[in-house]
Amino acid sequence: MAVDIFASIIKAMELIISGDPELYGIVYRTLLFSGTAILLATLWGTPIALAISLKEFRGKNTIKAFFNSLIGIPTVVLGLLLFLAFSNGGPLGFLGLLYTGGGIIIGEAILVAPIIISIATTAIEAVDPDIMNLAKTLGASESQAVVAVLKEAVNGVLLSNLAAFNRAMAELGVALLVGGNIAGVGMRTDVLTTAISRYTQQGAFDLAIANGIILMLIVIAINMAVIVARKAKMLLVEVKPWVERIKR
Amino acid sequence: MTVVAELKNVTKTYGDNTVLDDVTLQVQEGEILALLGPNGSGKTTILKILAFIESPTSGEVKFLGEVVNFKKVEQARLRSTLVFQKTVLFGASVYNNIAYGLKVRKTPKNVIDAEVKNALRLVRLEGFEKRPARKLSGGEQQRVAIARALVLKTDLLLLDEPTANLDPKNAGILEEVIAEVNRKMKTTIVIATHNMFQAKALPQRIALMNEGKITEVGTSAEVFGKLSKNLARFAAVANTFVGTATATSEGTTMVDIGNGVKVEVTAQTQGEASIFVNPQDIILSKCAIESSARNVFTGRVTEITDLGSLVKLKVDVGKPFTVQITKRSFSEMGLNLNAEVCIAFKASSVQVF
Repeated sequence: MAVDIFASIIKAMELIISGDPELYGIVYRTLLFSGTAILLATLWGTPIALAISLKEFRGKNTIKAFFNSLIGIPTVVLGLLLFLAFSNGGPLGFLGLLYTGGGIIIGEAILVAPIIISIATTAIEAVDPDIMNLAKTLGASESQAVVAVLKEAVNGVLLSNLAAFNRAMAELGVALLVGGNIAGVGMRTDVLTTAISRYTQQGAFDLAIANGIILMLIVIAINMAVIVARKAKMLLVEVKPWVERIKR
Repeated sequence: MTVVAELKNVTKTYGDNTVLDDVTLQVQEGEILALLGPNGSGKTTILKILAFIESPTSGEVKFLGEVVNFKKVEQARLRSTLVFQKTVLFGASVYNNIAYGLKVRKTPKNVIDAEVKNALRLVRLEGFEKRPARKLSGGEQQRVAIARALVLKTDLLLLDEPTANLDPKNAGILEEVIAEVNRKMKTTIVIATHNMFQAKALPQRIALMNEGKITEVGTSAEVFGKLSKNLARFAAVANTFVGTATATSEGTTMVDIGNGVKVEVTAQTQGEASIFVNPQDIILSKCAIESSARNVFTGRVTEITDLGSLVKLKVDVGKPFTVQITKRSFSEMGLNLNAEVCIAFKASSVQVF
């Protein structure tokens, strides 16, 4: 068995290096579904985070606690609920989303929205409350003042997107139950996590390992890229004035 | 004279707390009007109402002759701006901070560049455009905040304690800038302060505030001339005391401010008198020093406040005196709460009203 695993790893590396179309097709779908889900979740999560953090209303803490607790929802439970909703007899069956990429995107967007809402809310609440009044007294409209606050919280909002992306990439329940892990001809819905599950069950360890390595590499690479980009930006802000001074 | 802004019977409450109580006030074109009063007297609330970022609970506000509808203030906000007491800066470069209001007004880039440069020259921060604003010293940050307001050339410039928490050098620069802007650009300025020294030097008119009310309005000479009695209510202003003055045989005056504290002053006066000692004029030492200062008292440190490069201490010598020293002096003296210290100040540095 140990020798088999070693051989599988070698085979997996060959598949990755050779640019195997089957493998990279799965990678493409994974990035497409997760990326679109993050975009959707950001589009509806950020305004909710702004409303929670900038407005005073009754039940604010309850709503914050609700979204915080939703972060931990098991993906299979959400997958099951969406499966029931999207199946033919379900209330949303008419949308025809079951076993489609669209279904996975919607499901993952629902799954990660609480992460975006909770982290972005914390980030926006940490912004100096006077920034809103400052923007207004400098002539900003209400919406321009909100944008000014959001700019101050941009690091936190980006962090929420990153955490959400990690969750969407790594989740299995929604992609498996809503997407169906379809790998045949026609519209495919298998992604890295569901493909790993299928190949493992089939005993195709080389393919499972190759998918696993790529999944790990993507997550590590994107997280590293964000960290490096933030460091580089900070460094640029620090260094730029001194470079200008030396130039002068 | 044209009236730029007017408050008529304005009241502002937060829950059960009334912070402005039936305030009526006119701001005239081209003047510097100081709102002078202790902390919590309602100065900041008046400024926020005049900046249209707070609405009054009742009463009427007129701006440039028109009654302000606080549900539609976006246009009015373009013509009045407020510099907060606590310096608030965007997490951006100095340039982007100062340019913000101009960008909102859709000013062309070349005009913005020129205006930012001008404003930085005015506050003596030439060449600071690309520096991260939040990395500047406290005094420089406040000067950026002032520059950011100045570029907008609004009809009304509101300054909330602009020099509080600043070292004397930065405070001096800002006071000069404020006076210059008013003189050259004819900008109408309302400045909130609890510093009598500043209120006496800068403005043409003073509105004296206490507990949400305006108790006196007039020129500097008028207000300070009859201040004596009102000043009694002003106890919250640092180093302001009311006492009884008697002449000494040496030709000076001794003011008994109670609790056994007698302050010698050079001004000639008799009877009830109010005195003010600038916290920066007081020398603090660990034991009594031989000096020319006529007023030397021993007491204990009851409060320590960190102001960045400065430290503010309250020393109880029978009456509480506020003293400002540099942070370096503070750490070199190894002071802490309840430490026994001496304070000393010259008779000539005591202002008598």
